[in-house]
Order: sequence, then structure tokens, then C-alpha cells
Amino acid sequence: MSEINLDDLVKPGASEVHRDVFLCQDVFAQEMKTVFRNTWVYVGHDSQAPNKGDFTTTAIGTQPVIMVRHTDNTIQVLLNRCPHKGVQLVNDPSGSTGRFFRCPYHAWSFKTDGSPLGIPFKKGYEDTGFDTSCAKKGMCKVANVKNYRGFIFARLSEEGESFEDFFSGSLSSIDNMIDRSPEGRLEIVGPPLRYLHHCNWKMLVDNQTDTCHPMIAHESSAGTVTKIWNAVANEDTPKPMVVELVLPFMSSYETFEKMGIRTWDHGHGHTGVSWSIHSEYSDVEGYFSAMIEAYGKERAEEIIAETRHNTCYFPNMMVKGAIQTLRLFKPIAADKTIVESWIFKLVGAPDTFLKRTAMYNRIINAPTSIVGHDDLEMYERAQEGLKTDANPWVNMQRHYREDELGGERVHPGTSEVQMRNHYVSWAKYMGQINEKGAGS
Amino acid sequence: MSVSENDIIDFIYAEAALLDEHKFGDWLELFTDDGVYWMPLEFGQTEEHLTTSLMYEDKLLLTVRVERLSGERTFSQRPKSRCHHILQRPQILEMGEIIKTKTAFHYTETRLDEQFFLVGWAEHVLRQTDTGLKIVRKQVNLINPESAHRNIQLFV
Repeated sequence: MSEINLDDLVKPGASEVHRDVFLCQDVFAQEMKTVFRNTWVYVGHDSQAPNKGDFTTTAIGTQPVIMVRHTDNTIQVLLNRCPHKGVQLVNDPSGSTGRFFRCPYHAWSFKTDGSPLGIPFKKGYEDTGFDTSCAKKGMCKVANVKNYRGFIFARLSEEGESFEDFFSGSLSSIDNMIDRSPEGRLEIVGPPLRYLHHCNWKMLVDNQTDTCHPMIAHESSAGTVTKIWNAVANEDTPKPMVVELVLPFMSSYETFEKMGIRTWDHGHGHTGVSWSIHSEYSDVEGYFSAMIEAYGKERAEEIIAETRHNTCYFPNMMVKGAIQTLRLFKPIAADKTIVESWIFKLVGAPDTFLKRTAMYNRIINAPTSIVGHDDLEMYERAQEGLKTDANPWVNMQRHYREDELGGERVHPGTSEVQMRNHYVSWAKYMGQINEKGAGS
Repeated sequence: MSVSENDIIDFIYAEAALLDEHKFGDWLELFTDDGVYWMPLEFGQTEEHLTTSLMYEDKLLLTVRVERLSGERTFSQRPKSRCHHILQRPQILEMGEIIKTKTAFHYTETRLDEQFFLVGWAEHVLRQTDTGLKIVRKQVNLINPESAHRNIQLFV
């Protein structure tokens, strides 16, 4: 592998980014050893493992992990391999393992915190030096796990920023999503939509805060809804839920410009500071009164008025608090990404919210979604188009200013600043090379 | 006006043929105004609204899809997709005011160099109207709804 020089890949301020960031498999391999090791990556939600022994399987970058509720009720994140021969201990997307994991190959067993429980016919390991082996220690465990109000994040590397320092003010978007439940509690509902893209995972991340594409790329989907609706309705016609969800995609540049973008350190940021495409959904009967009862009028109004659009959490997660969805952009290879789109129920809120959330998810995020078709076409054309030798640069200069980043800042809504924020952090973490394995 | 079992079987075959021949406008006409096309996300899913589905399309959304397919700025249809249905002989489950059928399918969709294959069964609910048989509901059950799919752009 040739040496990767980050200065050749990301220009100062990330105003331009080299195509190898998206195309090169060596860059991808380094991302897996740096960006996805040194940062707090979203693993899952604790409502997916409500009882002791409940687990889900997922990946941190390309590292297969199990998220499991241990007998002491804590959520543990374990590397999904038997320390013996490497067999994955479980491979269902979710399930219950009871009090321990038992390898299906040779019946080695482990407690749900990864510690060794038993090996059949163990005397064969006497006087073999087994006591000093990696295998003896049990399953590898991710040492740094944080349960933030039900959201589970993990950092593979031993050293790095604390959870609070890494996310700083950006946690306010997750807070808002949770606070929208009168009980302050969310539950994952159903399996995720899973959507395979033949493009780099960062193209999807970039698109989450790209406010200059909806009215163009989605003219075919959102534009067609608008056209058909306008032909049958006037301003007073009550909008069906689906029309209410899709029409705002066709908002003007000026509208998106005014809504603003907020950035935080370490690559996090969100669109929709003062307004968003989620701001004008109809009221749901019974909700506001439940919120007032839970929080008091002033606080309830404040929570509901905060209708942020997309909040990107570095490196590969996005939440929409106002519609209770979460998308995870899972890297598979430089040119292969699986997008998972999850939905949450606001515990204690009327079912209309969950109906709206489920509708949004299938209309916008499904592999059968016409909006998804528009986007995938653009990403994959970019993945192909970037093979052009004549120009190796991806341009991200819209509204670029030197010294635009640092702490919490608000920018014009059509700025590509959050993309730049992402790549400035990306370059920083790519430079932190540490070959050590995770955990024990 | 009564319909025979053969009329119903012919109707199901003809419906798939309209899709394979890209006569999407004619296909849309087969649905009643309150017709629904549903593709669940979970194998065996019964909940329609309070969990995610792959598709749950009323006539308005089906109309949007059909119109979009021929739109000038529908870039994901340049070039266009093609599809093909192989159906097993439909089973008639219920014959009355409401007619219910179940039909196993092998569906292929292709665009450019890509081709994929979906397998499952469709459950139709049909109603006799003044203008012939109409689809009140078409439920498409894939055997792998939870898989990481690529774009599915046409209609199974």
C-alpha cells in the first residue's frame, strides 16, 4: 500500500476533496483503522435489547459486533468472533442468547460481558501455554461504550476524546428527538430498511446536508407529487399526510438559504436551524396537552418548535428528531455502502406520530422509494464520473470562508460548510494511526 | 354479470402482462379509487401503518409513480428499466362480492448491466364493478423483504 498523504486528499478547510477519498480502496482500509476506530460510532438503541441476554448484531466500520444486555443490565458491545477459531457466535440480526453465548462450532461459552465461561474437555489445554493466549481471555470487548439516553455509541480505540467532548452541543438533536416523547423515551419499531448503494459511504453523508439538490434531483418525485396535487387541490384543501411530507422538498433556494446550518467540532452539524421541511406538519390531537402535562407549557412549546432537519453525527449517522428517523451509512467497501433506515416510536404520544414516521421512512428511505431512486442515481453517477482523470477534485466551495469552523456556529442554509466540517474532521482522524486491536 | 374462475385467472395474468409491456397507465386503471398496493418489509408482517413497509401506495401515490416513470427529468429511468413476471397459475381463495387470489411469482427487473430477481407471492383482493374486475388491494410478499435491496423501480 502506498503512503496516503492527507494534504494531497483534502485542501485547506476542505474546500475541495480529492476523488481518491471516494474511490481508493487503500483510503477505505485506512478509514476503517482510524476514522472508525478513533471516534464514537453509533451501534444501536437500548430498546432493541430490552431484556437480559437480548442482542443485535451490527458493525463498527467493518468490525462485526454484538450489542447485548448483560446480566447486570448494562449494554455491552463485543466483537463477534469466537476467540478459538473466529466463528461468529451469533448471526441473527437480533435475538436472545440467554445467560451466555455458546459457540456453535466447539461449544466454547462466554458470559454476556464476553468473559470466558467454559471449554469442553478442558484438560487438553493443560501444559500447552494456553493460559497466556488471546483465546483464554474470552471474547474481545469494546472498552469504551456509552449509553446516552438509550443511544449506544462505542469507540474501538482505548484512547481518544471523551464521549461528551466528542459530541459537545450536537447531542441537543438527540435530546430533542427523545424529549418529543411525553415520557422522555423512544423505542425502535420494526427492522430497518436496508438499501445497497454502489458508491462511497461519504457521498450519502454529504447529501444529508446538501440543500441545493432537493428541488433538482427530486423534481421527478417530489415535483410530480406537487404537480398532481396542485391539479386537484386549492390552498384550502386539507393535505393528505403523504402530500404534507413530500411538498416541502420542492421549496426554493431562498427558503433553504434562510433555514440555516449549524456546525459543531469533530464533524457534526445540522440543517434547519430556524425552519425545516418538517416544520409545518399538522398538529395531532391530544399530543400538545400530554406534552404540557409532562414538561409545562413553556418547555413543551420549546421542544415542539425545534424542528431541525438532518443532524449528521460524525462519522456515519444521521437523525431527524422532528420525524423520529435514524439513518446509518454502513461502509462495506470504497464503492459499496448499505444504508439502514430505522424508526422510533415516541412513547406516550398518539399513534399518528408513528404512522407518519413509518410513512416518511418508506416514502423517502426505502429501496422502493422514488426519492431514494433519484438520490442513488446521483451517487452512483458520481462514483463513475470521478474516474475522469482530467479533474480529480470534488468541489465543496459554496459559501466557503476561511476560519468558518470552531465551536458552535451558524451558517447560511445553502452552504456546503457541513460537508467541509466532515472532511476537516475526517482528515484529522485519518491521521491518527494506531495498529493495536480493540479491547482485550 | 358474473365472472368465472377462468375470467379471474385471465385477469391476474393480464395485469402482469401490462406491467411487462410498460402499459403503466392501463395498469393503474385496474385499481379502484380506494385501491392499495402493499409490499411489507417483514416476512409475515400484518401491521400496515404502525411499522415500516417497502411500499404502501394508495391511488395518488401509484399515479405519482406512473407519471414519474415517463417524466423528462426522471434520471434514474435514463435509460429505462424493464421487468418480467413469471406467474404460477393463480389460486382462487374466495369467490363472492369480494374475490381473493394468491399467485406465486418470479420477477426480474433490469436496467443497464444490472439484473435482479425477486420471488414471492401476490395476494389480490378484487371487486366486480360496472367497468369490470378491479383491484381493491394487491399485497406483494417477497421471500426476502428485509434484504439489502438495490433500487426496485417498477412494480412486482
